[in-house]
Amino acid sequence: MPNAVPATPASLLVEWARTAEGGPFSSVGVVDRVVYECHDPLTTLAAVAEATERIGLVTMVVIGPLRNNAVLAKEAAAIDTVSGGRLTLGLAVGARAEDYTTVGISTKARGDRLTQQLLDLRLFWERDEVAAMTQGPRLLVGGSSDVSFLRMARYADGYIHGGGPPRTFVRAADTAKTAWNELARTASPQLWAQGYFALGDPDTVARGRAYMRDYYAFTGPFAERIAEGMLATPQAVAQFVRGYAEAGCDELVLFPAVAELAQIDLLAGALAEV
Amino acid sequence: MKVTVVGAGPAGLYFSLLYKKARPEADIVVYERNPFGATYGWGVVFSDRTLTSFREADYKTYIQIVDDFIIWDSIDISYRDQVLRCGGQVFSGIARKTLLSLLHERCVELGVTIEHERAVADVGGLSGDLIVAADGVRSVVRDAHADRFRPRFSSGRSRYIWFGTERTFDSFTFAFRANNDGFFQAHAYPFDGQMSTFIVECDQASWRGAGLDRGSEDESIAYCEELFAPELRGHSLRSNNSKWISFETLRNKSWHHDNVVLVGDAAHTAHFSIGSGTKLAMEDSIALVNALLVKDTMPAALSEYQLERKPRVERFQEAARQSQTYFENTRRYQHMEPLQFGFHLLSRSGRIDYDDLRLRDRHFVGAVDRWFTASVADTETTPAIAAPPTFAPLKLRTKTIPNRIAVRAERPEELGAAARSGAGLVLTGFVAVSAHARISPATPGIYTQKQGAEWQRALKTIAGTCVAITLGHSGARGATRARTDMVDVPLGPGEDWPLLASSDIAYTRRSQTPVAMDRDHMDDVTEDFVAAARLARAAGFDLLELHMGHGYLLGSFISPLTNQRTDSWGGAIKDRLRYPLEVLEAVRSEWPDELPVGVALNVSDWAPGGTTLPDAVAAAQALKEHGCDLIRVLAGQTTTAYSPRYDAYFLTHYADRLRNEAGIATLATGDITTVDHANTIVAGGRADLCLLRPL
Ligand SMILES: Cc1cc2nc3c(=O)[nH]c(=O)nc-3n(C[C@H](O)[C@H](O)[C@H](O)COP(=O)(O)OP(=O)(O)OC[C@H]3O[C@@H](n4cnc5c(N)ncnc54)[C@H](O)[C@@H]3O)c2cc1C
Repeated sequence: MPNAVPATPASLLVEWARTAEGGPFSSVGVVDRVVYECHDPLTTLAAVAEATERIGLVTMVVIGPLRNNAVLAKEAAAIDTVSGGRLTLGLAVGARAEDYTTVGISTKARGDRLTQQLLDLRLFWERDEVAAMTQGPRLLVGGSSDVSFLRMARYADGYIHGGGPPRTFVRAADTAKTAWNELARTASPQLWAQGYFALGDPDTVARGRAYMRDYYAFTGPFAERIAEGMLATPQAVAQFVRGYAEAGCDELVLFPAVAELAQIDLLAGALAEV
Repeated sequence: MKVTVVGAGPAGLYFSLLYKKARPEADIVVYERNPFGATYGWGVVFSDRTLTSFREADYKTYIQIVDDFIIWDSIDISYRDQVLRCGGQVFSGIARKTLLSLLHERCVELGVTIEHERAVADVGGLSGDLIVAADGVRSVVRDAHADRFRPRFSSGRSRYIWFGTERTFDSFTFAFRANNDGFFQAHAYPFDGQMSTFIVECDQASWRGAGLDRGSEDESIAYCEELFAPELRGHSLRSNNSKWISFETLRNKSWHHDNVVLVGDAAHTAHFSIGSGTKLAMEDSIALVNALLVKDTMPAALSEYQLERKPRVERFQEAARQSQTYFENTRRYQHMEPLQFGFHLLSRSGRIDYDDLRLRDRHFVGAVDRWFTASVADTETTPAIAAPPTFAPLKLRTKTIPNRIAVRAERPEELGAAARSGAGLVLTGFVAVSAHARISPATPGIYTQKQGAEWQRALKTIAGTCVAITLGHSGARGATRARTDMVDVPLGPGEDWPLLASSDIAYTRRSQTPVAMDRDHMDDVTEDFVAAARLARAAGFDLLELHMGHGYLLGSFISPLTNQRTDSWGGAIKDRLRYPLEVLEAVRSEWPDELPVGVALNVSDWAPGGTTLPDAVAAAQALKEHGCDLIRVLAGQTTTAYSPRYDAYFLTHYADRLRNEAGIATLATGDITTVDHANTIVAGGRADLCLLRPL
């Protein structure tokens, strides 16, 4: 969903999710950012939960350490309950110091705080007085350091890969499986990933790239590369999706870089080729 | 645009000519402290891949360089009075002098100003829109802004000296020699068809043992000439103001600051044994020029350059570090037969594995396969054909494991499928020796007749594959929930049971604090292990493994992080080992002599203050003396706060160290997923068995 594309009306988000539910899609995803013109991820999903019946609801990701653990547990539980168990809560530490400063939290030890948060969430979800739930949503974690993989394997259900061509996912998935296996976890980790797309005429594609450059401006020189990596043709989409599928990705969330409903049909069209 | 370049080495000259070619209007001045034509060092080696980028960057110098190249395709390994040759490599060499004069000429032709005998001392006095620090590893430009670039040097542990010789080697030659003073090696390679580079390297003990730390340059030359007389064939060594030094690896946090940018050795170094700093330096120059051409602003160009180069160079430095570590520890591998020694050497950096070597030289790898098969069969006759080392059997006591691959099967009902996978060894997961020894209520056990019978039924269906049972006691990690969604989360009150450990340290903040074991506890637990071993024997297991890692009960005695006892079971490694050895001994006396016993051992806790490698080597030696035949190499999990490393082969170098220092068979674990990995590990003598990670 384009919840972080500036000037997207809230009504479009609900419409977006409904339209997606009518298409070949299994979930809709939102991103999180404090200091940027965007709709809050959890509130957006709450609205979408009401308006839809089947489609999965995913945060890719919520910046966990910015939020109070008990309150986050409660919010996520509410969305999961109201949607009939459709929420997948993806968490990570986020990349922008700005967001932390604005919330009034230090970036120090945010990795350790996320680790603690994962455990707290799970335990809160079990306790009736906090969340009135038995299980809680599926919990995924992102991050690329070895310690993030360890954190994932200790307390989460799987891993969220931050983006990039399929080969970068292959490497991350390998590490995730190794970390999981080292801890003798049962079954295997869920492996999720994301990408960006803008399909259509050159002007639409250019607007998509401009958005990506702006959204990722904080990464400095990386922004250009990320913008170049945006999927801009049906062929690129097909190749990307095939690559991830072959690498064992369980769910791939493609974010629109342009907030127009027509993008959903264009994406569905591209997927029909896969 | 005005560009000031400091240093007329390969990086500075190549940058200047490339940029001047693209932007003829730019005003480029290079300052070089040395007079024209004066240079240190001898030859430089390139690998084949370098050439494409040079061809695209500047065709003219590419052709000139290639015209002057001498090319060779093999590596010779001179060891124990034989020379092994492995072909299919592509190397090319050129004299540093020739390279520099080609680049210099091209600079002049394009209009770059080069001022010799201009040593830059006052960095603040340099002007220009861009200042390129190409002044080598001791860069004064970098050091003037050390707070911004944040350079970090790490010194290698061995000593080396750089010579030249008129002996013309026709290969990249590694020569190894042991004598009463120690163990020495030479790296020799041709560079202009008449001369060769000859670097001698040794560990510090050998260096002192030979008196090289005290001797004069001439004495060093004489010593090395005599030591490597067979390789030098009567030629002498030539000095170029040569000194014994240790290799310094340089990393910089940042490669640019304002309008100053680092290239080549000023930015990074990588151990000479993996090749070419000159190549890296020239590739930096190409990347910097490209970034300047595509980016509109200087800050954007410089960060683009760093973004492009720094990760690549860091990957290269990591491979170089592995290679350097190998050369610092060659003494450890002196016991190896030549083919294994050679294979190990060629696959040292983790970049070239068994399959790569087979593509390069199938005869060499075929010889390794045949040697390996013969050595395992313990015969003098070398077979005419042989399968890759992974498919060779391994004999432990009277048990023959049909091949070198091990897989896991957590529960009795999973054994059959695992055995049909083709693996030679199936290893159960953690099997508890008592109800209180379980990790969670779901942990399988072997402490009742019924459980024993269940394992026995499962084992009856298996033929040909060996099956090992891992016996353990969870210690401080006991009474937790099954690991379906989390790890180490304690069971609620009423569901849990009392915990035992070496010291009373809770595993997590929420965990129950275990009771520090007294003598009676120890006797009880030992008895549980012995009883479990009896049941395991009756069930028909071929190998018994004791879990002594990952913060479980026996492991909690071994690590200083979890053993804080002040009695005779705590303190030095030999004391921390006392109880685990006692259990091993008791189990060994119950378990038949003809069957092997293994131990899963933490070789590192990945945490400060944890088990050290020397501790682990000492532990492996002691375990071996007490009847252990195989060590499965583990790391981490002793405490919850540890920093893991999950890179490829991440536990293999520990397995290598234990195997070759303690002289015990090892089972490598980690991120091993292919037979190619396994062949690289087994053929190189790094481990005897490999546990495949499920895909
Ligand atoms: C033992 C050994 C073996 C090696 N073997 C190889 C090999 O086989 N192949 C290979 O490719 N590389 C090899 N190298 C590495 C190679 O020498 C360097 O990586 C390469 O020369 C780096 O190029 P550069 O231009 O960055 O620096 P340099 O070649 O060091 O050039 C720096 C230049 O700056 C000048 N300079 C320094 N300070 C000042 C100053 N203050 N003012 C003015 N000028 C200054 C110096 O005189 C010099 O000319 C080896 C290195 C070692 C130590």
